[in-house]
Amino acid sequence: MNMTTLPLLQQLVLVLAAIVLFLSFVLLAQTRLISAIHAFAWQGALVAAVTSVVAATGQVPHLYFSAALTLALKAILIPWMLHRLVRRLQLERHTESLQSPTLVTMAAVALVIFSYWLVLPMIQAELTFTRNIVAVSLAVVLIGLLMMVFRTQAVAQVLGFMSMENGLFLAAVSATGGMPLVVELGVAFDVLVAMVLFGVFFLQIRESIDSLDVDRLNRLSETPGETRTEGQ
Amino acid sequence: MNALTLVLLTPLLGALVLGLIRPAAPAGWFNLGVSVVSLGAALWLGWTVALVGDAVDTGPGSITGSLSGGIAGLAFRVDAFNVYLVVLTAFVGLTTSIFSRPYMRHVIDTGRIGPNRLRTYHSMYQLFMFTMLVALTTDNLGVMWVAVEGATLATVLLVSLYRTPEAVEAAWKYFILCGVGIALALFGTVLTYFAAQQVISDPAAGLNWSTLYAEAGRLEPAVMRLAFVFLLVGYGTKVGLVPMHQWLPDAHSEGPTPMSAVLSGLLLNVALYAVVRLKMLVDGSLVHSSSPHLAGYLLMGFGLVSFMVAGLFLHRQRDIKRMFSYSSIEHMGLMTFGFGLGGPLATFGALLHMLVHSLTKSAIFITVGHAAHIAGTQSIEHIRGLIRTQPAVGWSLLIGVAAIAGFPPFGVFMSEFLLLTATMKTAPWFTLALLSGLAVAFAGLFRHLHPMVYGIPPEGQRPVEANMIPVAVHLTLVLWLGLAIPAFLANWLDRATGLITGTRLL
Repeated sequence: MNMTTLPLLQQLVLVLAAIVLFLSFVLLAQTRLISAIHAFAWQGALVAAVTSVVAATGQVPHLYFSAALTLALKAILIPWMLHRLVRRLQLERHTESLQSPTLVTMAAVALVIFSYWLVLPMIQAELTFTRNIVAVSLAVVLIGLLMMVFRTQAVAQVLGFMSMENGLFLAAVSATGGMPLVVELGVAFDVLVAMVLFGVFFLQIRESIDSLDVDRLNRLSETPGETRTEGQ
Repeated sequence: MNALTLVLLTPLLGALVLGLIRPAAPAGWFNLGVSVVSLGAALWLGWTVALVGDAVDTGPGSITGSLSGGIAGLAFRVDAFNVYLVVLTAFVGLTTSIFSRPYMRHVIDTGRIGPNRLRTYHSMYQLFMFTMLVALTTDNLGVMWVAVEGATLATVLLVSLYRTPEAVEAAWKYFILCGVGIALALFGTVLTYFAAQQVISDPAAGLNWSTLYAEAGRLEPAVMRLAFVFLLVGYGTKVGLVPMHQWLPDAHSEGPTPMSAVLSGLLLNVALYAVVRLKMLVDGSLVHSSSPHLAGYLLMGFGLVSFMVAGLFLHRQRDIKRMFSYSSIEHMGLMTFGFGLGGPLATFGALLHMLVHSLTKSAIFITVGHAAHIAGTQSIEHIRGLIRTQPAVGWSLLIGVAAIAGFPPFGVFMSEFLLLTATMKTAPWFTLALLSGLAVAFAGLFRHLHPMVYGIPPEGQRPVEANMIPVAVHLTLVLWLGLAIPAFLANWLDRATGLITGTRLL
């Protein structure tokens, strides 16, 4: 693949996508919640930047709208809501380290390679740009998934979920030039509602186990020792 | 398309109005009224589609016997396959709302929830119906994704309605697992759109199922193969396929029982519907490649594993609602296997199984809700002697379980028999696995059922106010379907089979 033969704006998109992927790694390893939220906000801003560059390259006016939507939602509104929740739950100083950060980071690297391997036979060699961008966004999605598996703190899990959504937006925008507008609006609406519900759940979880460490949510298992009663 | 507008608008408006009604009694009745109108509209829609008959629709990507049209700029398409699920959804929605009224009153009376949460419950109930109906009728794969995700969002607060630690945990699991699953499905949808863009010139139509179906042969097989894996894992999470099933028993057992009835009876169907629609696309795309049946094999594999594993897990359950949710996983696995097997006979069997399973399972959950109120617990060990305390509940549970286990006069027997016959014809070795799985599941259900129905009731166990009409209606229908499938229904399912497989059975 010879990157330098690509048009300049496509190269720019690739660079931005690479930074998005880098921020996924930052999110994965970040121990302080507040810093993780900031990293997530930057990731959202970069996805919005990618969207507007694609809009400029392809002359797709509706993508400007979707760039503004992404910026408002992913870079401003959701980080702001998370920030407020973290302050309300008094988690500003909360730090949480992964059990084995080296191993998890290595796993994330393996996921990036895996994504490239998956995409390689799928897209013809002429489409260098698309191939790269699909691989990078798939890697962002999978690293988000990894983060949800390894982080046990509820807010960190939500960040993983939202960064998966960032990867999906990246794929939709740069590989296909944006989904139809109704679909994009619908997805954005779902994400927003999900965020509100996540906020509700933080409070409910906090109320029920007095912590946001979801590893302690372990009452439901296949063979519960005690029997639970319904009508107290 | 007037009927469709009514079908979709009724639950949406109902949800908005129910969000304003705080007193319990009128809200329950209003919920019931909305469901009645929904069913009426759904029947009207079914009638309209039946009148189209085999005439070829003039819209883009013409498909026999379907109606297409737009509402508010969105493409909708109704054909024999989804209209039967629309009617089923509206019907189970109505009977469940009949059951839900006294049930939720009991919940309010025992002080487990207050009027504000009841308002959330009713509003979300109709919103959930709305999202499922949109997912079924839309022609746009992206809108379908939005609606399925919307169904998760509408139900997640209902799972945690009781706010016990268990309920909150179940809801969190449900939210996270389904959220992740459905995100993977969106990636699959993006890949499908990418494949479509290479062959379809109009970007706005690139996600329309009918357009994609017409052009399926030209879609890039390598992309579609990868897309289907993501779509299957994504929507499969919502179907409850093993190993992505972890959320299902928790969500079904901790939420209010009317919710369990609609989740089990309807939501799983909608997710499976999405998988089947996408399989049709992938089959079309892979037909000339080296692995034309890949999608079918994947469905067979996932289906069979779910079927066997869930059957084994039935034996270990201590919570009555958990037990029946494993039974749901088992039956969804069987249907997935049937659709994977392909061919008119298996598909017809799977469609019929979808119908009878929904009817039977929601009847069982309704009965279980009453049984849990009688015993004051969901623990199987403490539910005893139902048939002496309240014969109607005891008998319903007995008949319902006999039906779901596949005893001869009932419809489930009929569909399982068809599926077995189809398996013997195309993949005889799997017959053995299916038969042993059925036997294991049967034993698992009955070892728990016997003491619950016939055991000695504890001192002071009293009957509760119960409306058994929905259960009776469902079980009668299942019995009727087992004895004789009415000609119009057989024709209806046959048209759906023709749509999915290309060849009709009858």
